[in-house]
Amino acid sequence: MTNTFKKTTESIEKASSWQQKYREIMLLGKTLPALPDALKTEGSLVPGCESKVWMFVEFDLKENTLVVIGDSDTRIVKGLLAIILSLYNGLTPEQVVKIDAYEEFDKLGLISHLSTSRGNGIKAMVDRIQTMAQQKIS
Amino acid sequence: MPALEFDINKIRNDFPTLKQQINANPLVYLDSAATTQKPQSVIDAINEFYTSQNANVHRGRHTLSERATSLYEQARDKTAKYFNVSSKEIVWTKGATEAINLVSNGLRSRFNQNDTIIISVLEHHANIVPWQVLSEQTGAKLLALPVNDDGTLNIKQCCDFIKQSKPSLFAITQASNMLGNITNLKPLITAAKEVNSLVLIDGAQGAMHLKPDLHNLNCDFYVCSSHKMLGPTGLGVLYGKYQELNSLDVYQTGGEMIDKVYLTHSTYRPAPAKFETGTPNISGVVGFSAALDYLNALQNEQLQKYEQKLFNYAAEKLVTIKGITIYSNLSDNIGTLSFNFKDEHPYDLATLLDGYGVAVRAGHHCTQPLMTHLGINGTLRASFCFYNTYEDVDIFINSLKECIALLD
Repeated sequence: MTNTFKKTTESIEKASSWQQKYREIMLLGKTLPALPDALKTEGSLVPGCESKVWMFVEFDLKENTLVVIGDSDTRIVKGLLAIILSLYNGLTPEQVVKIDAYEEFDKLGLISHLSTSRGNGIKAMVDRIQTMAQQKIS
Repeated sequence: MPALEFDINKIRNDFPTLKQQINANPLVYLDSAATTQKPQSVIDAINEFYTSQNANVHRGRHTLSERATSLYEQARDKTAKYFNVSSKEIVWTKGATEAINLVSNGLRSRFNQNDTIIISVLEHHANIVPWQVLSEQTGAKLLALPVNDDGTLNIKQCCDFIKQSKPSLFAITQASNMLGNITNLKPLITAAKEVNSLVLIDGAQGAMHLKPDLHNLNCDFYVCSSHKMLGPTGLGVLYGKYQELNSLDVYQTGGEMIDKVYLTHSTYRPAPAKFETGTPNISGVVGFSAALDYLNALQNEQLQKYEQKLFNYAAEKLVTIKGITIYSNLSDNIGTLSFNFKDEHPYDLATLLDGYGVAVRAGHHCTQPLMTHLGINGTLRASFCFYNTYEDVDIFINSLKECIALLD
């Protein structure tokens, strides 16, 4: 696991109550820079979510590493986005496919946020990152 | 079932789903506008049906089939009685949505560009999209009833609008699913009838809380869903004044709805049979029958009185929280509070409330035009039912205050 991810999620792991955990997630969301309005387009919006989630997933061609940026209009989803970003940003496709976001979210006690019924866009983001990494390798 | 005295402790005991912990807190279920919980008697009736009564209806001459048919038709009689109409005016559908689609499709061959359809901005998408499709397919004009900025109706203005527009069909909700506001239907229906319009009422939210007398209401069609009135999912009711119902074109075709089938054409049975093709949701109907028994025993008058008191108690507490905006009309309401805290996204507060075991809905509640009309993107919706307690309200309010504190 990357050091960025460990550092990012340390406070969540240490949280003594679920309230504290959510507080830390929302604080993480605040550290994420807001996406400029010009990038909040229909095309970058994850469809069918209760919360609005905008995301861009690209590979830096020179470095062959993943670049993910995103934003959300809700505090909790934005915090979860920050966790995903710290998990995958800057990794090569080979490294990306080895990291299972579900496993990491499970360890953090946040697995329910990756369920389909939440409809918060996080699951779609993870799936998109993995698909793109797979395509890059094959 | 004999009439019961309204005893909230006994009632709570009848609903097994309510006796559980969510996130180590007792469940406070405030999402009954989405679906109500089911009393044990409904669960037992479905269980009993599959354990000892299962057979297809209207087909076999054997004892089991006759029993099943009798249960199935008794449920239709009970439904008709609940709404004070006749049994042949009741059609089983898979939900209120399908019931509206049955009517909109059944009118298609009769409608053209000279017709006008009136709906309102208060409607659930299920009472908007079928009419949009009918309008697209036939060229009929689709108009929206004027609604005040706060989502209430100026009845005189609405009646004038109806009389001037002379619609062929007027479709409106009995109570808004997002706001809980009760529509004053009587004058609107009278106005529509003056210009010979058909009237369809969406009773998905109103059927249980308000138990309408449809004969007296004088609408042509009324739709509702079993699962929003203590019954199982996958079953709905379409009521139609017999002549209007029977004159609708068939919706789905196949077995059971036919009279004679030749290779090149068929003749159909009269309503309601002509709208009930294929093997129906028999266990759903049997479960719904038990739900109606439960509601009848409770008596709507008692139920409404309790629900109103509970709603007023919740509303009084909610308005005292600084930063809360309530969108629901507090004076004529089935028991639904739609609100926001400052400019916070409802998703966050609903997620945090779940941590306290409080189940509310967040979002646009399938009413995007109403959201646009009110100038908002979504709300939190707490919807109450007679099985909720004053303690539920206290937990909801206290939890909400704690969730708000977490946002700082």
